[in-house]
Amino acid sequence: MEDDIRELYQEVILDHGKNPRNFRHPEDATCEANGNNPLCGDRLTVFVKVGEDQSIEDAAFEGRGCAISVASASMMTDIVRGKKVTEVDALFDTFHKMCMGEEIGETPAEFEDDLDKLIVLSGVKQFPMRVKCATLAWHTMNAAVHGEAATSTE
Amino acid sequence: MTAVSTVMETDTIGSSAGYDVAAIRADFPAINLEINGYPHAFLDSGASAQKPNQVLERMDQAYRSEYANVHRGAYTLSQLATDNYENARTTVAKFMNAKTPDEIIFTRNVTAAINLVAYSYGREFLSAGDEIIISHMEHHANIVPWQLLRDAIGIEIKIAPIDDAGNFLVDEFEKLLNPKTKLVAITQVSNVLGTIVPIKDVVRLAHAQGAHVLIDGAQGIVHEGVDVQDLDADFYAFTGHKLYGPTGIGVLWGKLDLLNSMPPYQGGGDMIENVTFEKTTYRDAPARFEAGTPPIVEAVGLAAAIDYVSEIGLTNIAAHEQNVLAYATEQLSAIEDLTIIGQADNKAGIISFMLGDIHSHDIGTIIDARGVAVRAGHHCAQPLMDRYGVAATARASLGMYSNTTDIDQLVDALNYVKEIFG
Repeated sequence: MEDDIRELYQEVILDHGKNPRNFRHPEDATCEANGNNPLCGDRLTVFVKVGEDQSIEDAAFEGRGCAISVASASMMTDIVRGKKVTEVDALFDTFHKMCMGEEIGETPAEFEDDLDKLIVLSGVKQFPMRVKCATLAWHTMNAAVHGEAATSTE
Repeated sequence: MTAVSTVMETDTIGSSAGYDVAAIRADFPAINLEINGYPHAFLDSGASAQKPNQVLERMDQAYRSEYANVHRGAYTLSQLATDNYENARTTVAKFMNAKTPDEIIFTRNVTAAINLVAYSYGREFLSAGDEIIISHMEHHANIVPWQLLRDAIGIEIKIAPIDDAGNFLVDEFEKLLNPKTKLVAITQVSNVLGTIVPIKDVVRLAHAQGAHVLIDGAQGIVHEGVDVQDLDADFYAFTGHKLYGPTGIGVLWGKLDLLNSMPPYQGGGDMIENVTFEKTTYRDAPARFEAGTPPIVEAVGLAAAIDYVSEIGLTNIAAHEQNVLAYATEQLSAIEDLTIIGQADNKAGIISFMLGDIHSHDIGTIIDARGVAVRAGHHCAQPLMDRYGVAATARASLGMYSNTTDIDQLVDALNYVKEIFG
């Protein structure tokens, strides 16, 4: 169990949790959504600037949450920049499976680097109550780029 | 600290004279579990308490050899089940010092009890422009039913404030009372801060203005108990599962005249006097408010829990919890960066805390790996969290089986959290 804890709370997660990247409110965001985890009270707002070619030019977030949810939002906003919305959808799908401990199947070569980074968050699969912490930012991003104002992990 | 010295400490510091916490722990199977390779330090009794063998075995027997539906069949087991169910009502009545068992309505939990009052009493006795007063530290169960009522009929909800330490401010409460105040609905003990509210003062002041009073006793019944005749409130609600009894059963006590002046909350079997398609008449309390098959075995389990607690004595339990609370407060306060939220002058065995800027869910997950169970989150009291400017806290809450070893284990586990977070 303590090995699982160490795997979950790796240095890179603690670093992103304490010093989140892209923690800001960009004025030129084209869409945003609020993510809410009513069970624990965690709240995130994800801001995205989507270009005319449907690629993500900027992504950022604000809010408060546990180390896992903040680290996940921090890493996500770094990773999605420059990707097409459809690519982000596919990446979220794979990441979600990773967090649930499901088979992720064949990974497209262009996602390999991203998934190598995101794999640090897959420690949540040993803690079913915490999966929603790792996925809250992604659900919120998904809601933002697909035109929903809010989402909830419940 | 060696294992031996820990045990000695438990015997001296953590126990009141004559209070045999080791014997009590032996009665609770879940307290003796090993969790993730560690002894179980269960510090979440405020959410729901563990159950002693006496309750589990009584319920098992009730299902095996005393079970049938109540108030219906003219056969042996139905009579036995009915007797058990009604005897449980009498046990509850004596425990609260109610005038008569007819004042005891079995509900699902406190939430159901408060919703019953909000719907039945609220729509009969309150109207647009009337005011009710709740406090800043209510559980959502004592906020949302009143908001639903407000949205339905247009009453106003006033909030009685607390100070930064979490003390209920009687003077400020008194200022809110006015002739429009029809009901005061206040918790006896805050589930987050542990504050013990001076409910006798609340009742006296509210009655002087002609307002009724409902006390949410979810935490209070466990740590303080209640004598409803001495308290003289109009409604009092508590739940079985926090009192070492089963889930699925709660109690609404109300003054009999008041209960009998209220319309039914839910319609169905058992609550009627006579039904025709044109008109139905209703029975008096408690039957009026117990539509349908009730939680029969749960009532039996609740009575067994009350017998168990009563044999040890609520006063003795409270004294023991105060000792452990004092020890826990001292030990936790000594941890650097740890802030206790809720330092009222008069507190029950509940300690909410923040550990630096580490989120309570991270704390909860990490200390679970060391066998320690606490509640993390907003504790169904978001307005109170906002009052303190926090999204969530970790909360350790004590039960009759809690001891100083549990607290030592919590402190060690919190140091492990700090180690991980650097």
